[in-house]
Amino acid sequence: MAQMSGAQMVVEAMREEGVEVVFGYPGGAIMNVYDEIYKHKYFQHILTRHEQAAVHAADGYARATGKVGVAFVTSGPGFTNAVTGLATAYMDSIPMVVISGQVPLSMIGTDAFQEIDAVGISRPCTKHNFLVKSAEELPLILAEAFYLARSGRPGPVHVDIPKDVTAQIGEFDYPKEVRLETYKPTIKGNSRQIRKAVEAISNAKKPVFYLGGGIIHSNSADLVRRIVAATQIPAVETLMARGTLRYDDPMLLGMVGMHGTYAANMAMSEADLLIALGPRFDDRVTGKLSEFAKYAKIIHVDIDPSSIGKLVHVDYPIVGDLKAVLEEMAPLIEQKVDPERYEAWREILERYQELHPLTYEDSDKVLKPEWVIQRVGEKLKGKARISTDVGQHQMWTAQYYPFTRPREFITSGGLGTMGFGFPAAMGVKRGVPDEISINFSGDGSILMNIQELMTAVEYRLPVINIILNNNYLGMVRQWQTFFYDKRYAETDLSMQPDFVKLAESFGGVGYRVKTKEEFDEALDDAISKGVVALIDVVVDRYENVLPMVPAGGSLYNMLLEYKD
Amino acid sequence: MKIERRVISVIVLNEHGVLSRITGLFAARGYNIETLTVAPIPGSKYSRLTIVTSGSPRVIEQIIKQLHKLIPVYKVIEHSELVEKEMVMAKIPLEERLSDVEALCRAYNGNIVNIGKDTAIIMAADEPSRIKNFIEALKRFNPKEIVRSGVVAIER
Repeated sequence: MAQMSGAQMVVEAMREEGVEVVFGYPGGAIMNVYDEIYKHKYFQHILTRHEQAAVHAADGYARATGKVGVAFVTSGPGFTNAVTGLATAYMDSIPMVVISGQVPLSMIGTDAFQEIDAVGISRPCTKHNFLVKSAEELPLILAEAFYLARSGRPGPVHVDIPKDVTAQIGEFDYPKEVRLETYKPTIKGNSRQIRKAVEAISNAKKPVFYLGGGIIHSNSADLVRRIVAATQIPAVETLMARGTLRYDDPMLLGMVGMHGTYAANMAMSEADLLIALGPRFDDRVTGKLSEFAKYAKIIHVDIDPSSIGKLVHVDYPIVGDLKAVLEEMAPLIEQKVDPERYEAWREILERYQELHPLTYEDSDKVLKPEWVIQRVGEKLKGKARISTDVGQHQMWTAQYYPFTRPREFITSGGLGTMGFGFPAAMGVKRGVPDEISINFSGDGSILMNIQELMTAVEYRLPVINIILNNNYLGMVRQWQTFFYDKRYAETDLSMQPDFVKLAESFGGVGYRVKTKEEFDEALDDAISKGVVALIDVVVDRYENVLPMVPAGGSLYNMLLEYKD
Repeated sequence: MKIERRVISVIVLNEHGVLSRITGLFAARGYNIETLTVAPIPGSKYSRLTIVTSGSPRVIEQIIKQLHKLIPVYKVIEHSELVEKEMVMAKIPLEERLSDVEALCRAYNGNIVNIGKDTAIIMAADEPSRIKNFIEALKRFNPKEIVRSGVVAIER
């Protein structure tokens, strides 16, 4: 046990937790901690150019590696800038610890310079938060923060540390193990419920696997693949579950929901049993609730009891860690379930797949965004991590990219945060340095964290940003086309920077491409150069994301084509 | 769906900001709070909150699950087998017939607790539905101020 300052404790705690990188931005209230960072070499600190980007980078790192992402910010505006990052991670259950400086204890509540009620603000967008009152309690709080972030349903945890606490001397006795009397996530599922669920599967005629993000968080994609292969039951994936099954798995019907495939949405609508593994019945998946899967009994496995039965009645609730539940379930399923049983159902769904496959009309006059994504997939399938921003390009990526494994696709699903992609892709590159890090973005999203070009250049994080540039805030423009008689209120983004010069001015490379050949050349060049790149791809201005279930509509009522 | 009234007791760690976690949860998710009382549990590091709320069975179920999910929440008790009590205090002008007032208070487990220059302070403690009746009956004595405590409850 050693005596040390609160600031030293923060650095030592990172060492205890095996943190290899911290993304952050210094400022007055957190300077004591940065002074310790200067002295120690336990972890790399990456100085982003905006606090929001620091948190997104930590988030991307966490999504790609499964480890806890860490970010440091200062008080006041440093913290408020970080809030979007916290909320993004909270909505997608990403394990993260964000440490913010705070004004000294004696000044809290006086409206001091750069004071804000940080824990008051972060309370609804974190799994938990702490205001540290003394250096004495700091080691325990930090250990609890990491434990809470990664255990149970993961999520971001915020620790607010007043400046005088980082200067106080105290004893550093880092707990080896954290036990909280008031927090005990259920890991093992109820065996009787599991047996009942298997029984229901073996009695169903039209079952569907409804695969959600919990599979990725619990690292149970292998088990899911095993069960799907054993049962030959068709499966749909949510946005957050992409990569659970390989893109070419014959049982995969594609993504489900607002921009899901026809076959996936029809499967949900006609099924007599949904086997929901770690999804949360988001409105972008279910559409109109009263029409959602209305012929189906529902099995729902989730570690968070409040997810079960929140929106839809569940017939077979199973609370537990998905991996633990599936380990128990898999042998039972293999024993009890006969894949022959679902032959007729598979045939129906195959016909749906043939009737309305995912499709777009390619052109030799103008680049189609879908083609660009497919092309990247042909070249980099299985060798790259794919991040996105938010909007049309995000949905096209989810639809058309050939995902091969979990943690390959990094996207802000729940909160839908524009500006997420580039900093997240930097965090991904830092976490998985041997793989190519691609960020598909739009001409709207990319400008929301463009300053990170500097960070990426400085720290040699060669993210390749592919901007699907349609001179529009495309997704909003699409809704205006469909539902607002083409009144394009404030969505025309024709006024644009020269992305090539922009990239170059930061020390990266830029390309502007209009043809397939130019795109191939630019991508190959960016990969071979290994530097930060912006590839500005001029695409069809009026391409729409289809199919589309209008917001609030029933899942089976899809717009399959749009004719002007 | 049928809206039902429900008394929920929540045992929480008695720590900084815990009450705002609870009330913030109710506000953020649009749940009702009819009354809320809170006090430390003697001889422990916990406090007990008693919340009277209302909602459809699905909403009530969510409220309980969401409360459980808060890290400092140790236990959520949602027994229907609860003994409930509420206290009320009121100021009655001295011109009123205090013997009648006192008789009324007695009928509701109360009495006159203080007599000042112009007013008498009375109290009563009873089941929430009876407290409603008490307040109704009190009106004829022209109360100047009425203060209710909110409900406390304990399992049978």
